[in-house]
Amino acid sequence: MYQYDPYDQAMVDARVEEFRDQARRRLEGKLTEDQFKPLRLMNGLYLQLHAYMLRVAIPYGTLNSRQMAALGDIADKYDRGYGHFTTRQNIQYNWIKLEDAADILADLAKVEMHAIQTSGNCIRNISSDHFAGATYDEIIDPRPYAELMRQWSSFHPEFTYLPRKFKICVIASDRDRAAMRLHDIGVQIVKNEADEVGARFFVGGGMGRTPMVAPMIRDFVPLDQLITYAEACLRVYNRYGRRDNKYKARIKILVHELGKEEYTRQVEEEFAHLLDQGVEPPLEELARIAEHFSDPTFEDGAKTVDRSDPDFVLWVDRNTHRHKHDSYVSAVISLKPVGGIPGDATGEQIRIMARLAKQYSFDELRIMHTQNVVLPHVKIADLHALWTELDAADLGAPNMDTIEDMIACPGLDYCALANARSLPLAQRISERFDASGKTEKLGELKLKISGCINACGHHHAGHIGILGVDKKGVENYQLSLGGSEAEDVSLAKITGPGFTEDGVIEAVEKVTDVYLERKEGEERFLDTYRRIGMEPFKEALYG
Amino acid sequence: MAEDIGTSPDDVQFRFRDDEMADHATVTVDACCDQTNATAVRIEPSDDARVLLPFLDRLALVEVNFPSFADGRGYSAARILREEGYTGELRAVGDVLIDQLSHMRRCGFDAFAPTSPLDEDDAARAFATWENVYQHAEDTRQSRLGNARRTLVELRHE
Amino acid sequence: MKILTGNDLKSGDVIWWTGESWSRHVDDAVDVGEHGPEILAAEEAARRVNVPYIIDATREEDGGVRPAHIKDRVRALGPTVRPDLTLKPKDPEALDWVI
Repeated sequence: MYQYDPYDQAMVDARVEEFRDQARRRLEGKLTEDQFKPLRLMNGLYLQLHAYMLRVAIPYGTLNSRQMAALGDIADKYDRGYGHFTTRQNIQYNWIKLEDAADILADLAKVEMHAIQTSGNCIRNISSDHFAGATYDEIIDPRPYAELMRQWSSFHPEFTYLPRKFKICVIASDRDRAAMRLHDIGVQIVKNEADEVGARFFVGGGMGRTPMVAPMIRDFVPLDQLITYAEACLRVYNRYGRRDNKYKARIKILVHELGKEEYTRQVEEEFAHLLDQGVEPPLEELARIAEHFSDPTFEDGAKTVDRSDPDFVLWVDRNTHRHKHDSYVSAVISLKPVGGIPGDATGEQIRIMARLAKQYSFDELRIMHTQNVVLPHVKIADLHALWTELDAADLGAPNMDTIEDMIACPGLDYCALANARSLPLAQRISERFDASGKTEKLGELKLKISGCINACGHHHAGHIGILGVDKKGVENYQLSLGGSEAEDVSLAKITGPGFTEDGVIEAVEKVTDVYLERKEGEERFLDTYRRIGMEPFKEALYG
Repeated sequence: MAEDIGTSPDDVQFRFRDDEMADHATVTVDACCDQTNATAVRIEPSDDARVLLPFLDRLALVEVNFPSFADGRGYSAARILREEGYTGELRAVGDVLIDQLSHMRRCGFDAFAPTSPLDEDDAARAFATWENVYQHAEDTRQSRLGNARRTLVELRHE
Repeated sequence: MKILTGNDLKSGDVIWWTGESWSRHVDDAVDVGEHGPEILAAEEAARRVNVPYIIDATREEDGGVRPAHIKDRVRALGPTVRPDLTLKPKDPEALDWVI
């Protein structure tokens, strides 16, 4: 994975000092909160329901064990002993003091980490496939391109005061494991007929209040024009994105209102102009970055596991992903224990995961946007030993992609934007379906819960989605069905009137019962819904 | 007679040019394009900077207004003007605060007329925030002409 | 009644106006009547509170103060899914009070 050179290190160090100075000026009263807010947001520091919250960047979800251990130490030293892994592959700490923030950033800088641009109207953390560099089905590791874009977008002087936040995703497979089509810019690294590697640009996706799937803007951008093309897309947005209404300020609205053709025309015009300005980094830089992502030295070994222990086998069958090397798999560490808070991990658990990465995965981890952790390169021969340790640390839930593997935003328990609590709902659904044995029967079922219309829980992309709303001061929940964030991307549809907390749990039971009654063959919930439509589900819910 | 809507030399707190400050009435983009003798223009966030392209040679001063520091359109306007060959004074006016100075400078602004005067020490520190920069902007574009800085990406491969 | 709330600038703690100063405990909150805006302006300018605002609340039978909106009740107590991190970790009725 990428290692900072002295230049990179100097950048994060300079940023820490810049922020330390800004925080000092805030505490001295030289900056009002209105002036300080965008500055602290650009260092990931929110003011949330209970305290300041710090969102630390984990670039494209990749980190090493030293960094992971540092994240665990920060949870214990500066917070209340735990951290929360997010739907954008970052980590959040909920109980931060402003007077500690610069010191925390300094501690992060020591392990080549930061909280730069994890909030604010700027280019955010660039996300990627959590199996990148390990999976059997990518054409190339997308992360060097993500790193190139990360550097380009860091402290970009033209794009620091955009109309709104900007989220970029880079993948390199036809299988979309990163919700790429639901980003402001989604880049798929592809090969053309001449077997040349280039970038396919999708622009204008997103969830939130008005979910949209990003249309393709350009089929193939040569690699030596990648940054220039991205710059053109951003410049058109910075100039023409709406600034009159916060809820219509994302690029998806601009693309939608101009139409894909007109937006593309404007981008191509700006792109032609920028090609003469020499903004592209030299190709040697991409090569330099790519060297950091070369494969570890894989060894041949067992290609199968001993299947005599059913608990172990269940975990292997659910929580491992096929690797490009046949003696290895990628292993998913679930942060969704039954009845637990999705994505939360204690300082101690984080350090355990760090140690396991060092021991079993060439010192590397990934954070999934589904709020789990991946050890990307685990020898099949080591799986049983790994699983035993995970199980002992309450990290061994064998539930990947089942209903228990739900995404939930922090909701009204933590977030100032929320209308309803999402976490108690997640806990109760998880417990209920585990106790009844239904998790097993339902198979692949992606449940996503958002506590407000900002959709940080990605409910629009849930096979089953739940949205918390405020109904005259009382929490209420809307149910939606049929969303997908994978390459078969679709947006979920609301079933009808909302429910109370108890009511929506019953509703989830009912719709899953409809699926079990009506499924054909090996259909997933999503497939059955797509085949039979909304009516049978509506009938069961509302009579 | 077009209204003089610009800042005056007294309003300029920081300037990185040696030449004389323009002492001409500053007009709006619309007025500029109708008149033939305006040499100072003020761009608002919603103006298209490229409308000025036919007049760049005779403009001595372009003011870019930032009614709110959070409205970042002026940064694009500045870079576009420089990229299209404008060499006159490019002045950031309005809600210009300490924490925007270094980015503005990078985008090609060489004069600053904040509505509220800024602390000189804080400003000096702000202009000097970044020893190196990752990406190209106006300050590194000039390096092809022989002056100013290189991006650190270029430095790595020299 | 109208009460004032905000966050402590340095620590981020949720705080409530007591009439004289800012307390972490909602039961210490006082009715500010019509004087909310002027108190807020003064306290914010002096940096004794950050991002303060006025909310409706009711005085309960036991003398406690109950914010009208669930969001402020969550702020007053702490996250409902982590009783151990709230201001009343041992109170079995705290959750009902929030909801």
